[in-house]
Amino acid sequence: MASTVLFPIFFLASLGVGVGHLVSAHTGLVQGQTYLHFIAPTLLATTTMQMAEGESLFPVLAAVKWLRSYHAAAATPLEPEDIFIGKLSWVVTRAFATGVVYTIVIGSFGALQSWWSLILPLLAALIALAFAAPLVALAARSQSEGPFIVIYRFGFVPMFLFSATFYPVSSYPGYLRPLVQFVPLYHGVALARAAAFGEGSWGAIVCHLAFLVAMAFVGVTWGRRTMRRRFVD
Amino acid sequence: MTNDPILDARDLVKRFGAFEAVKGVSFRIERGESFGFLGPNGAGKTSTMRMLSAVSRPSSGSLTIFGLDPSAHGPQIRGRLGVVPQEDTLELELTVRQNLEMFGRYFDLSRQTLRERASELLEFAQLSERANDKVDDLSGGMKRRLTIARALINRPELLILDEPTTGLDPQARHLLWERLYRLKREGVTQIITTHYMDEAEQLCDRLVVMDHGAIVAEGPPRDLIARHSTREVVELRFDTDHQTELHHRLTPFAQRLEVLPDRILLYVDQGDDTLRELHGAGIVPATALVRRSSLEDVFLRLTGRTLVD
Repeated sequence: MASTVLFPIFFLASLGVGVGHLVSAHTGLVQGQTYLHFIAPTLLATTTMQMAEGESLFPVLAAVKWLRSYHAAAATPLEPEDIFIGKLSWVVTRAFATGVVYTIVIGSFGALQSWWSLILPLLAALIALAFAAPLVALAARSQSEGPFIVIYRFGFVPMFLFSATFYPVSSYPGYLRPLVQFVPLYHGVALARAAAFGEGSWGAIVCHLAFLVAMAFVGVTWGRRTMRRRFVD
Repeated sequence: MTNDPILDARDLVKRFGAFEAVKGVSFRIERGESFGFLGPNGAGKTSTMRMLSAVSRPSSGSLTIFGLDPSAHGPQIRGRLGVVPQEDTLELELTVRQNLEMFGRYFDLSRQTLRERASELLEFAQLSERANDKVDDLSGGMKRRLTIARALINRPELLILDEPTTGLDPQARHLLWERLYRLKREGVTQIITTHYMDEAEQLCDRLVVMDHGAIVAEGPPRDLIARHSTREVVELRFDTDHQTELHHRLTPFAQRLEVLPDRILLYVDQGDDTLRELHGAGIVPATALVRRSSLEDVFLRLTGRTLVD
């Protein structure tokens, strides 16, 4: 638990304070916030995604293929869907708990400007579900970790860099801005900022939420099928 | 009610795409007996076990376990089964005791019950001193005993063991067999798959011999041996590559002959007499061994292959 929360705090400390210094010296405020406050809520979204990915790929493949602990569970009154939901419940709970601690920490140095920031832990839970569900579904049908490495290199790392976590979308030239809408993490980031600063149009917020909810829904539906197929062939 | 078999399988078939792993097998297993599936790797034993554990759905055929249909009552049936899989599927990061208690939670047992049962099972598996050690630190034999103990946490009526002693040293195997005898005396029905004929002979009241997805023989071990083999076998090794001429010379001395890559087997009733006759005829093997017929010979007779390729 401690290490999960410390990870984004370290990012915040180094980038928020270090880079923040540079930013305030040259650019002043970013969208009306100091750099530190600007990136504080978004780091929650990003590290939640990383945690979800870390729990959902290798550990699931290990449990399914090598350690076969999921097979042990499948020989009991449980159905494969129960194992799947159990796994997701764990990831979501972890994300929520981390979100609570992190929100308290960043609130304590004044990064939160709105009562909406109280839903940040719930948002973390949603982001975790949106990413974990499809990833577990994928891992359950994987035979090797090859695809994971590809996803990591061409999916998560780019998302981490290009989701407007460390800079506003307005930093992008006009023609690139619409593309950011296709970066799943961006929606989590946008919602985190909206919650922390209490700003943003309702229309945009609903779209961001819809994107994440759709991801979660597709992931859960798919996962129920792949888990069933893997264990009840 | 008590005369109903605990498990009844009719024409079970399991297909994976175009490949038929199990080609229509039928058998009944009575309460309290130790029933074996003997066959080489790839015979379809594990696929059959997965169907019997109500985890895998048969492609066709009918199956009742405890009088219930597994496709309709899967969780209910699995709650009364204990399954010991071929690989130890333990949680390596947890302790021995935690593995038992955590697994028991899947059966909705109360924590109090679990604590008591875990202690009993640790005694049974002779792992009480290692109760708080991480499973990762245990030896292979201990992990196996823990896997079996774990399968008993819900006090199953039927225990299914898939190759329980593969990879264990003789001492560990004998300890395990002894534990399984104990369970049998307590009335737990057991289904055991194995490719070890000594295990099948020791543990099973009745068994079926499987090869390439089909049952080639069924019955108590002694009966199978009496039916498909002679009383004794003379195993001969010769210092020569000319097995075929030997084949002709040896034929009159035995009821049946089997030529293996490294040995020639003579199936006879009295091995010592046969050896004497061979000496009398001037046939001198490099080594000669007289032994009783085993299930290996039954398998060889029925399929033309050895149990271990």
